[in-house]
Amino acid sequence: MSAVLFFIAAIGAISGAIGVVMLRNPFYSVLSLAFHLVSLAALFLLLRAEFVAAAQVIVYAGAVMVLYVFVVAYVGGGEQLSSGGVLRVLGPLFALGLVIELCIAMLGAGLKGVNSKGAPFIPGFGTPAHIGSLFLTKFLLPFEVASILLLAAAVGAVVLARRRRGLEPDEQIELRIEAPRPAWTGTMAEAAGLRGPGQEGLAASDAEAVTTAADSSNREGGW
Amino acid sequence: MSATTAAWLVLLCPLLGTIVIGLGYRIWPGRSAGWIATLAIALSFVFSVIAFAKLLGFSPDHRTLTSTLWDYDVSAGVDAKVQVLVDPLSVFMILVVSGVSTLIHLYSVTYLTLDRGFSRYFSYLNFFVFSMLLLVLAGNFVLLIVGWAFVGAASYLLISFWYRRTTATRAGIKAFVINVVGDVGLVIATFILFQHTGTVQFLGVFGDVPRTFAHNGIAIDVAALLLLVGAFAKSAQVPLHTWLPDAMEGPTPVSALIHAATMVTAGVYLIARTHVIFEWAPTAADVGAIGGCLTLVVAATVALVQVDIKRVIAYSTMSQIGYMIMGVCLGAYSAGLFHLMTHAFFKALLFMGAGSVIGAMAGNQSLDRMGGFRRVLPFTFACFIIGGLALSGMPPFSGWLSKDDIIAFVDHRGGVFVILGIIGYGGALLTGIYTFRMIFRTFFGEPVPEAVELEHGHLHHADVPTNPMTGEEEDTDVGFPGPGHFIAEREWPMKIAMGTLAVLAIIGGVIQIPGVDDGITKFLAPTFADSKYAHVEVGTGSAWLGLVIGALIAVAGIFIAFRIWIARPGTAAALRERFAAVYTFLWHKWYFDELIDLLIVRPTLWTGRMVDSVLERGLIQGVLTGGTTGAVGALSAAVRRGQTGFLRYYAALMIVCVGGVALYFLIAS
Amino acid sequence: MNIGWYLVVSALIFSIGAGGVLIRRNPLVILLCLELMLNGANLALVAFARMWGNEDGQIFALIVMVVAAAEVTVGLGLVVAIYRRRLPIDVDGLNELQG
Repeated sequence: MSAVLFFIAAIGAISGAIGVVMLRNPFYSVLSLAFHLVSLAALFLLLRAEFVAAAQVIVYAGAVMVLYVFVVAYVGGGEQLSSGGVLRVLGPLFALGLVIELCIAMLGAGLKGVNSKGAPFIPGFGTPAHIGSLFLTKFLLPFEVASILLLAAAVGAVVLARRRRGLEPDEQIELRIEAPRPAWTGTMAEAAGLRGPGQEGLAASDAEAVTTAADSSNREGGW
Repeated sequence: MSATTAAWLVLLCPLLGTIVIGLGYRIWPGRSAGWIATLAIALSFVFSVIAFAKLLGFSPDHRTLTSTLWDYDVSAGVDAKVQVLVDPLSVFMILVVSGVSTLIHLYSVTYLTLDRGFSRYFSYLNFFVFSMLLLVLAGNFVLLIVGWAFVGAASYLLISFWYRRTTATRAGIKAFVINVVGDVGLVIATFILFQHTGTVQFLGVFGDVPRTFAHNGIAIDVAALLLLVGAFAKSAQVPLHTWLPDAMEGPTPVSALIHAATMVTAGVYLIARTHVIFEWAPTAADVGAIGGCLTLVVAATVALVQVDIKRVIAYSTMSQIGYMIMGVCLGAYSAGLFHLMTHAFFKALLFMGAGSVIGAMAGNQSLDRMGGFRRVLPFTFACFIIGGLALSGMPPFSGWLSKDDIIAFVDHRGGVFVILGIIGYGGALLTGIYTFRMIFRTFFGEPVPEAVELEHGHLHHADVPTNPMTGEEEDTDVGFPGPGHFIAEREWPMKIAMGTLAVLAIIGGVIQIPGVDDGITKFLAPTFADSKYAHVEVGTGSAWLGLVIGALIAVAGIFIAFRIWIARPGTAAALRERFAAVYTFLWHKWYFDELIDLLIVRPTLWTGRMVDSVLERGLIQGVLTGGTTGAVGALSAAVRRGQTGFLRYYAALMIVCVGGVALYFLIAS
Repeated sequence: MNIGWYLVVSALIFSIGAGGVLIRRNPLVILLCLELMLNGANLALVAFARMWGNEDGQIFALIVMVVAAAEVTVGLGLVVAIYRRRLPIDVDGLNELQG
């Protein structure tokens, strides 16, 4: 019975994964991932990780994917982008190499227990009670650090995505700012009084610069 | 106060003067900087007299005193201390230097009034006097070299005093470069001496020379020749003489002080001080004597055709120092130093007079434009006559006694040196001719417009100040001569200075009349007691014979000049046409400048350019720095190509690398 | 089922995710593929937890989920900021982001 369930969940997960990668529309990719997450939750249940499975469904599929859906709806991104160049061929090859290597690594490692169905079952294995007590005793520090991490991420997201004050999306960003330079900076010609600050172009304005420099206010003692 | 304390005070006064004037140059009102400087040197002269008096209090055998202020570098075999040697020679020199310097400072206070660089001038001038006094008072070679170098630096500063004149700055550089050549010779000579004797102190070295060097051996000859190089560069002897005429770009009092009375005599002092070495290396001494004799002739002939009044006097200086060098190289120490003293008097007098004439001419220095100043510049004329007669060797002026003292000794040495003596008399003839040529052309004849103006009581001022050599226009702001022009007749400081020197030029010879008193010889005897010529005496009879010959030659020279320039007006032009080739040769100063340019300047420039293009650009910039930067650049360009910014390539790279690491662990296990 | 089977599935999911990161150009989809990789790792962790009878693996998987959530937050914030600046939502075109 568990074998049947395993195969169904496994095929669901893998097809969800392939769907994420292959589907053109990002929205469909998100939905495919949600399906994949639910299959994965089933696999977790088969592995007697009840709490993890529940967290997977509630947090991952529930919150994170919904967030994704919001963003995809906002951003869109429905253009047809084909992957460029050489990575289109090499990407799958690398992935193939990776899976073969991982399989060899895991299965050929000679770990006892890989061929078994797992350790003897302890009642309450994977229950929220056990997980909770572990979090609050043996893994207290990672627990706290993880919460700080979440805080940082939240603040970071707000900072990244906030609207800069006064910057309307359809305003052209002023790329060149004309500001009077503070003292003791600027070009040598400005220092020598031959050119006022901000005057550009030697060839064009040099002629007038020399003649006007005589009566411009920053000519006194220019040398 | 002991003699050595007085000596230290002699050094301190001008040093304080320099510092006080130099640091406060903005705050000294009016001409007070000049008076401060003059006072400093006058004090220095007073202390010199005190040192002299105290020295006389010792018995003649004990008149060699040293005093050390502190140990400068005493370690590992070197014993360089800050010490002075007070003995008759140094006291003699400091008396002459400080005395003449005081008078020249007095003269300068007037001469440079209204010059924007007034305080700077006096700071430099005091610095120069300090350096010269340091040079002559030094008790070891190290301090001598310090004084030597300072004097060269002061000379540079003062020659290019009017620094906005290109001619002046070029002249200053020329003087300095040639002086440096001499400095190198002096330093290497010191090292050779130190290497053999193990000490740098004068008394130590001179005592050890006979023991540690072979008589007339290579080492001592080389050392003496190098000392000679130093002396020749400083005293402007052939072939290191080309800087002296150009040095006339400096203000006239500077020419009077540095290039007549004091700095150029440093070479003579050096040879006199190191006479032990020269007597131990007769070859070098003979070379020096021949060099001095050669200079005497070359300079006298060139002075005949000079048109700039200051340059006539400059070449005359060169010639007279040739006499002195010839004298001290051949053993006539007291005669040479006697001539040094009298020469200081009458040469400084001549320069001061020239300054007065130049003031009347509003800065112009060309003899071609002068004439007839006799009536309007009577005092200057009198001074010129006195100086000219002293220079030519007319009795009873001081120059007569001193110059013929030297020639008599040279003749007395006999042998080959008689030829040098005869050349000396020839030079004396030429001296008379060129000196009075200058005097006649300046003061006799039709009064020129400036003289006429002066007759009406109005001193000529040019509308646009110009460079007297090139004629280009200047202004009178800082870096150029000031707008003031001064003549001795109107300014009492100039009169006092020139008058004092005139009196000294007349009576200065009385202290060394052969057969009557031998004041200088007796005074300097302790210093030269270890000389092998100490007891060589020219007999009174032959001395007086020499004096008579000298007097006759002087009269002959003056008479010839009179004939050519006064008696028959067209003679000068006619002679010039007849001897046009000789005239051109002399006009180009025997082509020494061109020769040095060809032999030294051009190869140096060529080498410099070649090194710049091949070595610097090709090798260093191209291969060494260019190659290195090129290699680094290529490497970073290659690395830069990996920084694409494409996320997916980075991801691919990561995956490949992780896979590789895992593969490694897989295989390794 | 043998634990080995779960590990094979985990490897497959992981490499499919890796391939997806390399192939796709839309940053949102790349982030999704990153999620896939994380999930593959999670599965492996839980499988090993079952194998050894030790719940540490499950704790680890939970923490991984927390990290994944945080990373998604920041990543999506970035995508939104890029979209606001009217830059193309294409990883190949965003190769000059710096500073």
